[in-house]
Amino acid sequence: MFASLIRVTKSGGLSFWRNKWLSVATIIVMSLAIFGITNLLLVNVLIDSLITNLEDKIDISVYFNLDTSEEQILATRDSLIELSQVKSVEYISTGEALKNFKAKHQDNQVLMQSLQELETNPLEAALNIKAQVASQYESIVNFLEKEEYQKVIDKINYQENRTVIARLSSITTTIRQVGFIGLAILAILAILVTFNTIRLTIYSSRKEIKVMKLVGASNWFIRGPFVIEGAIYGIVAVLATLAVLFPLLWYLSPKITTYLPGTDLLYFFQTNFIALLLLQLLVGIVMGTVSSIIAVRRYLDA
Amino acid sequence: MIVFNKVSKIYLPNCKALDNINLTINSKEFVSIAGRSGAGKSTLIRLLIKEEFPTKGNIFWGKQDIGQIRDKDLPIWRRQIGMIFQDFRLLPNKTAYENIAFAMEVSDWTKQEIERDVPQLLKLVNLIDRADHFPSQLSGGEQQRVAIARALAHRPDILVADEPTGNLDLLHTWEIIRLLIKINELGTTVILSTHDRDIINGLDKRVVTIEKGKIIKDDENGKYILF
Ligand SMILES: Nc1ncnc2c1ncn2[C@@H]1O[C@H](COP(=O)(O)OP(=O)(O)OP(=O)(O)O)[C@@H](O)[C@H]1O
Ligand SMILES: [Mg+2]
Repeated sequence: MFASLIRVTKSGGLSFWRNKWLSVATIIVMSLAIFGITNLLLVNVLIDSLITNLEDKIDISVYFNLDTSEEQILATRDSLIELSQVKSVEYISTGEALKNFKAKHQDNQVLMQSLQELETNPLEAALNIKAQVASQYESIVNFLEKEEYQKVIDKINYQENRTVIARLSSITTTIRQVGFIGLAILAILAILVTFNTIRLTIYSSRKEIKVMKLVGASNWFIRGPFVIEGAIYGIVAVLATLAVLFPLLWYLSPKITTYLPGTDLLYFFQTNFIALLLLQLLVGIVMGTVSSIIAVRRYLDA
Repeated sequence: MIVFNKVSKIYLPNCKALDNINLTINSKEFVSIAGRSGAGKSTLIRLLIKEEFPTKGNIFWGKQDIGQIRDKDLPIWRRQIGMIFQDFRLLPNKTAYENIAFAMEVSDWTKQEIERDVPQLLKLVNLIDRADHFPSQLSGGEQQRVAIARALAHRPDILVADEPTGNLDLLHTWEIIRLLIKINELGTTVILSTHDRDIINGLDKRVVTIEKGKIIKDDENGKYILF
């Protein structure tokens, strides 16, 4: 058993080497396939960070009645943080609100004048809430509709922001879906093209397969070298892909970062290198071996 | 013992290659199948290795009906046979050495045995200096001799030779025939298909003569009777 495994492996490697040119053609096709799939994966990462950027810009503010104590507000904040939908809650005290207001309107003499004439601070304390995903604001607002919160809350600026939030949330969902569908379609195309290429290389060996059968080779002994060859195609294709992808990212990534601050594809690539490599190897080897097995089957039955 | 029992073969749509063949070949026998081109010699052999299936009738090896062998067990049956094909059928992507070794690998011979036997077989057919040539780099006769070595490599019980000397000069032809006789004396059944009058007359063994798919003569110590 072990001896024939070695034989099959050797034979597959030798055949790969002897059919260099045919192998190169197959590997180029497979590399393109893996390259395409990886790139779309990276594009999905880009889209994701783009969406996160956008979503980070929206929040809702909850304003509290002026007579609300700080403890009550902080208690509200604590229970909000407990919610799974909530990403962050920022507390703006009345003092801070005043400071912000002054900083923002320092050039407006009239406003400053009238503020000075007031005896007390007219600005309410607030909690700025960010949700994990735009579509979750609704449920956060619902949570705040409870009796205990309604007593202290003056208003929530959700209603004004509502349409913006809704539109953004629908856009981001659509973009995510399109990205995913694109990835799926390209992956299927890549698999079909690879399968066809491997089928052609095996078609050129169909007479050999028949002779092997006639001299008494078992199906596994015939199939084995083709499967090994398919796996080698996959592995070499992955290495070829990386050899192109890495310099390309090294060159492009800084340019992308200038357009989309906070997005660093090269960094993403480096930190996830092992996972990406394993994924690519998995895709490459599975495509190579499964295509071979399916393609050889036709000639084994004959 | 190999028995053909009322075997007919019709190639679609209507080429009757074999017609009601009854033939018994004993173990360790040396049988020549004679007949003109197109008589049905190769067809008979193809049925034996199950490359083709009889349209009618059965073929037995001992008690085993060859038609009943399951796909899974077919390789095991074929490994009992050493087959020299009329058109050689070497593996084009393997060297002479590897072609011969392949027949042994298939039958699970060890690496040591293969490394011991293959050079000897190459010497036997006078090709030791062509070991690393691919079939496309060999002459017709050289390819034929590789095919012969391959058929012998795994020490089959039955050696089937379809026109094994078709591409050989006189000297090599008789060398091969003497080899076949020697292998037969060592206990292997030999089935030799040929239309070479001199071989048949020189052999002085059993001759089965086929014409248009029928056995027309079956003689011990036969002579070539066709013109
Ligand atoms: N695959 C096939 N399909 C249709 N007809 C075939 C096929 N193979 C052989 N035949 C026909 O069957 C007949 C017998 O062929 P076969 O190859 O057995 O002859 P043969 O005795 O081996 O001849 P030769 O000495 O030339 O090799 C021939 O008339 C041939 O044309
Ligand atoms: Mg023939």
